[in-house]
Amino acid sequence: MAEMLQLDFMRRALLAAVLVGMVAPVIGTFLVQRRLALLGDGIGHVALTGVALGFLTGTSPVVAAAIVAAIGAGLIELVRVRARTSGDVALALLFYGGIAGGVLLIGLAPGTTTATLTAYLFGSVSTVTSGDIVMVAVLAVLVLATVGYFGRELFVLCQDEEAARAHGLPVRMLSLVIAVTAALTVVLAMRVVGVLLVSALMVVPVAAAQQLSRSFRVTLALAVAIGVASALGGLSTAFYADVAPGAAIVLLALGVFAAAVAAGYLVRSARGMARSTRDAAGAPAEGTMPQTEQGGVASS
Amino acid sequence: MSTVTTGVPAQDRTSAGAAPAVRVADAAVAYDSTTVLSGVSLEVPAGEILAVLGSNGSGKSTLVRAMLGLVPLSSGSVELHGTPLRRFREWGRIGYVPQRLSAGGGVPATVREVVASGQVVRRRRLHRATAAERAAVGEALEAVDLADRARDSVHELSGGQQQRVLIARALAARPDTFFLDEPMAGVDAASQRALARTVTRLSAQGATVVLVLHEPGPLEPLIGRSIVLSGGGIVHDGAPPRPEGDCARPGHEHVHPHADPDPASAALPDIEVPRRG
Repeated sequence: MAEMLQLDFMRRALLAAVLVGMVAPVIGTFLVQRRLALLGDGIGHVALTGVALGFLTGTSPVVAAAIVAAIGAGLIELVRVRARTSGDVALALLFYGGIAGGVLLIGLAPGTTTATLTAYLFGSVSTVTSGDIVMVAVLAVLVLATVGYFGRELFVLCQDEEAARAHGLPVRMLSLVIAVTAALTVVLAMRVVGVLLVSALMVVPVAAAQQLSRSFRVTLALAVAIGVASALGGLSTAFYADVAPGAAIVLLALGVFAAAVAAGYLVRSARGMARSTRDAAGAPAEGTMPQTEQGGVASS
Repeated sequence: MSTVTTGVPAQDRTSAGAAPAVRVADAAVAYDSTTVLSGVSLEVPAGEILAVLGSNGSGKSTLVRAMLGLVPLSSGSVELHGTPLRRFREWGRIGYVPQRLSAGGGVPATVREVVASGQVVRRRRLHRATAAERAAVGEALEAVDLADRARDSVHELSGGQQQRVLIARALAARPDTFFLDEPMAGVDAASQRALARTVTRLSAQGATVVLVLHEPGPLEPLIGRSIVLSGGGIVHDGAPPRPEGDCARPGHEHVHPHADPDPASAALPDIEVPRRG
C-alpha cells in the first residue's frame, strides 16, 4: 500500500477513483429506480463525440465531453417524452450516432488516431493529471449538490412519475436535472473506467446494495460504500497485478453483487421463516378474502 | 357510520359562494384520436364524497386523471378550487391515490419513506423533517393500520397493504381534496375496512373525496353522490344507485355474489371484490 502511495500518479489515480466510486452510485440509484439503468451507457457513447470534438478544436476533451454529453442527455430526455413508444429505438440511434461521430471526428483531428480514443473508451486512470483531478472534483461536488438539493423531488419522480405530476412537481425540469447530472457523472468517470464501463459503476453497486436493504436511503449509502470499495480495491489490484484498472474495478463490483445476491437470499429466507412461525403462532387471520399476492420482488 | 352520509348538500357545510373543489366543463379526452371522454361537465362541491362508477373502459379513471392534469384534455376545461388547472399551485391541498404502487426499478423503499414522500411539496429544502411533519407521517400510518410495518420494504407487502401505503402517502401532506382511483380493487378485507374508516374520517373533517369505483361495495353508505359513466359520457348523476337498480343497469357486469341484502347490518360486508383483470 505504502509503495503505491509514494507514486504521484497513483495518488492522483486513487483520488479520482474514490470520487468516481462515490458519485456514480448516487446518481445511479435514481437511474435504476427510474428504469433508466442504461442511460449512462447512452450518454457515454455521446460523450465520445465530445471527446473527439475537444481534440479537433484543440480544447480540453473533458470540457467538450461535458458539454456534448449534457446536450445529448437533454436530447435523450426530449426523445423519451416525445416519442413515447419507440423511445428505446430512438435512444439506440443516438448511441450509435455518438460512437460513429466520435470515431469520425477523431480521424479528422490533427495528430490523433482512433487509438487516442482507447484511453477514453477503457479509461486510463494512471495518466490523470492534477488538472483532471480538479475537474473531476468540481464535477463531483456539482453532482452531489444537485442530488442533495433536489433529492426529495427526485425520489418522488423516480418512484412514480404520475404521482410527481399529481404533486404539481415540475416533472420535465426534474427529468432534465437527472439526465444532465448523469451526463456530468459519465464525464467525470470517463477517465477512470472509460465510457464503455461508466454505466457499470452507476448500476452494479446499486444492484448489489438493493439485495441487502429495505430502504432507499440505506440502498444509496450502501451503494456508495460498495462503489468506493470497488474503486479502491480494483485500482490496487490493477497496480499490483498489472491489469486494466477500469476492468478490475467493474469486475470487483460484480463480485460484490454476486456475494450480495447470495447474502440477500439467506437473509430473506431466514426472515421469511421467522415471519411464518410468528404468523402460525398468532390467531387465524380475520377476513374472508385471501391475502393478495406479494406485491414485490421478495418472494424467496 | 350512516350518520356522516346524510347527503346534506355540501354548500351547507362550507361557506356559501366558495368555489367548487372541482369543476369540469365540457371536457373531452382522446388517446391517439380515439375518444375516451367527450362532453363531460361536472361540479364537485367542497366536502362532497363523490363516487365515479362505470364498467371497465367507460372512462372513469380517465376522468379523474384529467381532473389532475395527468392526461391532457383535447377540449374543455378543468378548475381546481376555482383556479384553472394550468395556473393551479396549491398542490398541497390535493391527495392522489393511484390504482397501484408503481413497481419502479426495484430499488427498495420503506413504507415510511414512501409515505413521507407525500409531503414533498410541503417540506423545506435541505432541512430535515420537522416534528410536525414526522407526526403527520406517523398519523397517516396509524390511519391505515400500518404503523408496525413502517420499516418494511413496500415490495414485501401484499397488494392491499400497498394500496394502504398509497392512501397514507396522500394523507401525509394533510390535503383537503382526495382523488382515489379504484382503491378497492383486489384489496383484502382488512384493507377495505381501513379504507372505509379513513374515508369516513375524511368526510367528517369536511374533505372532498372523489372515488373511482367499479361498484359502490362496502363504501356505499359513505357515498353522498355518484355519477355513472358509460361510453365516455355521464349517464347518471345523483343519489347513489340502489344495488337493485345498479345491478339492473344495462351493461353492468355482475361479478360478485350478493352480500347480506339488509344494508343496515352490513355497513362493511366482507364481500368478494372483483379483482383487476
